[in-house]
Amino acid sequence: MNPRSAFQEIGLTRKSSKENLDRFIPNRSAMDFDYAHYMLTEKKGKENPASSSPSKEAYQKQLREVFNMNRTRILAFKNKPPTPVEFMPQEYASVQQSKPVKPRRHIPQTSERTLDAPDLLDDYYLNLLDWGSSNVLAIALGTTVYLWDASTGSTSELVTVDDDKGPVTSVNWAPDGRHIAVGLNDSEVQLWDSASNKQLRTLKGAHRARVGSLAWNNHILTTGSMDGKIVNNDVRIRDHVVETYRGHQQEVCGLKWSASGQQLASGGNDNILHIWDRSMASSNSATQYLHRLEDHTAAVKALAWCPFQGNLLASGGGGGDRCIKFWNTHTGACLNSVDTGSQVCSLMWSKNERELLSSHGFTENQLTLWKYPSMVKMAELTGHTSRVLFMAQSPDGCTVASAAGDETLRFWNVFGTPEVAKPAPKAAPEPFAHVNRIR
Amino acid sequence: MASKTVAKDIITLRGSAAIASEFFGYAANSILYNRGVYPEESFGKVKKYGLPMLLTQDEAVKTFIANLTAQLSEWLEAGKLQRVVLVIMSKSTNEVLERWNFSIETDNEVVETGVSREKSDKEIMREIQAIMRQIASSITYLPCLDEPCVFDVLAYTDKDVDAPITWTESDPKLISNPQMVKLHSFDTKIHKVDTLVSYKNDDDDDDE
Repeated sequence: MNPRSAFQEIGLTRKSSKENLDRFIPNRSAMDFDYAHYMLTEKKGKENPASSSPSKEAYQKQLREVFNMNRTRILAFKNKPPTPVEFMPQEYASVQQSKPVKPRRHIPQTSERTLDAPDLLDDYYLNLLDWGSSNVLAIALGTTVYLWDASTGSTSELVTVDDDKGPVTSVNWAPDGRHIAVGLNDSEVQLWDSASNKQLRTLKGAHRARVGSLAWNNHILTTGSMDGKIVNNDVRIRDHVVETYRGHQQEVCGLKWSASGQQLASGGNDNILHIWDRSMASSNSATQYLHRLEDHTAAVKALAWCPFQGNLLASGGGGGDRCIKFWNTHTGACLNSVDTGSQVCSLMWSKNERELLSSHGFTENQLTLWKYPSMVKMAELTGHTSRVLFMAQSPDGCTVASAAGDETLRFWNVFGTPEVAKPAPKAAPEPFAHVNRIR
Repeated sequence: MASKTVAKDIITLRGSAAIASEFFGYAANSILYNRGVYPEESFGKVKKYGLPMLLTQDEAVKTFIANLTAQLSEWLEAGKLQRVVLVIMSKSTNEVLERWNFSIETDNEVVETGVSREKSDKEIMREIQAIMRQIASSITYLPCLDEPCVFDVLAYTDKDVDAPITWTESDPKLISNPQMVKLHSFDTKIHKVDTLVSYKNDDDDDDE
């Protein structure tokens, strides 16, 4: 059987499902999970009366009352009560009390090392740099993907694609640090095993234009394309297209899964930022986004999920917007917005400190280190002579590689060394442990 | 007409609605204070129900509660209010942590015919006082709210109620598998109010 025709068939069925617009989109907030729970547990209680307790009975009684919905409307004020002002955020108070004052970290203002990156495409919408968990940096230069082993400093060529397929438009390491996905200009995505330098498979038929953004979520490779579509590909199975997220009108250039793998953030050239929820995805109908955030006024490429606070996403806008915005992706609320004064090309959180690094275009072509949440500038790192398109963080979180339109790759020691052997702060703090003890 | 001589023990629909809506105002203030939704220093002390009660001095919160009790009073008088729920949610995630549930049973005969009932003011106040004491002592068993919280109020009304322009339909903001504690009730003989607090069950032992 010719695999190509099989993929074309998929393309056709997809098309017809797109036309079927009469689909039911459930509204989760209106779903009665408790009602369902009540209906289920009530039955169980009858079969097994021993398991019911007075508190359960009271709960069921309450549910019975609650779900007498036919004659009830639930109303709330449109104007919500004011949120309380925090004079001293609790986290801060405890952090400051439990930790001795740390010595000020020296942040080197110049790059630690510079490598040439000839033929690096100066294209804002692509994602051509990634640093895998096995400490190997992948960079796409024209039609070739090079691997630079940061442990040994040795360079090798992974693949050079044909001119009619290339140039390479995106590279992304799988979490195992061994497999790597390569997105191409002709809409194909190749999967490679970096250990054996062998191509494992080609994902075709998912897109109709170049694939500029990639994001892994376990065995799911999510691809974002110039055709505006986002596709979840299960790389283990033959019919790899498992979900399609439609919502962007233009090229998808930013794509990041949250650490939990539950939420996907996608940014497009249509200035839209979408949040998609994995649990809302379904294979047989197009998935509805969880949030559609329209606050940016230019393309949204820079995206970074906060490593220390779930539901917190940072996003950066392009040249017409220049803002870094922070979002609670649970509610869709914009928590903060900072005008940086220049195009935001990429964003990255420190793994060790509450800090955020942004890379910029005209006029300074700098990297800026911000303290979070105060957004005080801690350092500006200059050296690149053209916009800093891509950034990647080493597995230990200390070093950042940046690639710019000036065809150089620079390494910065910006995040400092992580503290070794931190005392386990997980244990429940003793009451009054923060109070100095008198002995 | 003969009842005029014992005017003190007569309660009308309007009077009952006023007592009940005032109760909701004080109860809401007391919950916001005792549960630390707003800082302690934003409350001021007054004497009410024979108890020292705390009322918010924050203008915005004050206005919110005043608007709320005014509307509740109107619905109570029409006999269309079934339940008032004050929910406390996490500010960062909007997860519902606590749900203060006041269910209301209205004597429909009073609403329809306009007759009055007999119950002394003193007795009603004593019943309300018992609830207020329970709200204040609830902090001993409710889980600590160790993150910044916000609150909202839901009103369950009859289906045929016209929602005022300032109100909107809401979901019930339920807590899944909650712990519950029932508090005292008060009864004006026209409106009977049952109070129940449900909260997030944070010890996840499966009792199935």
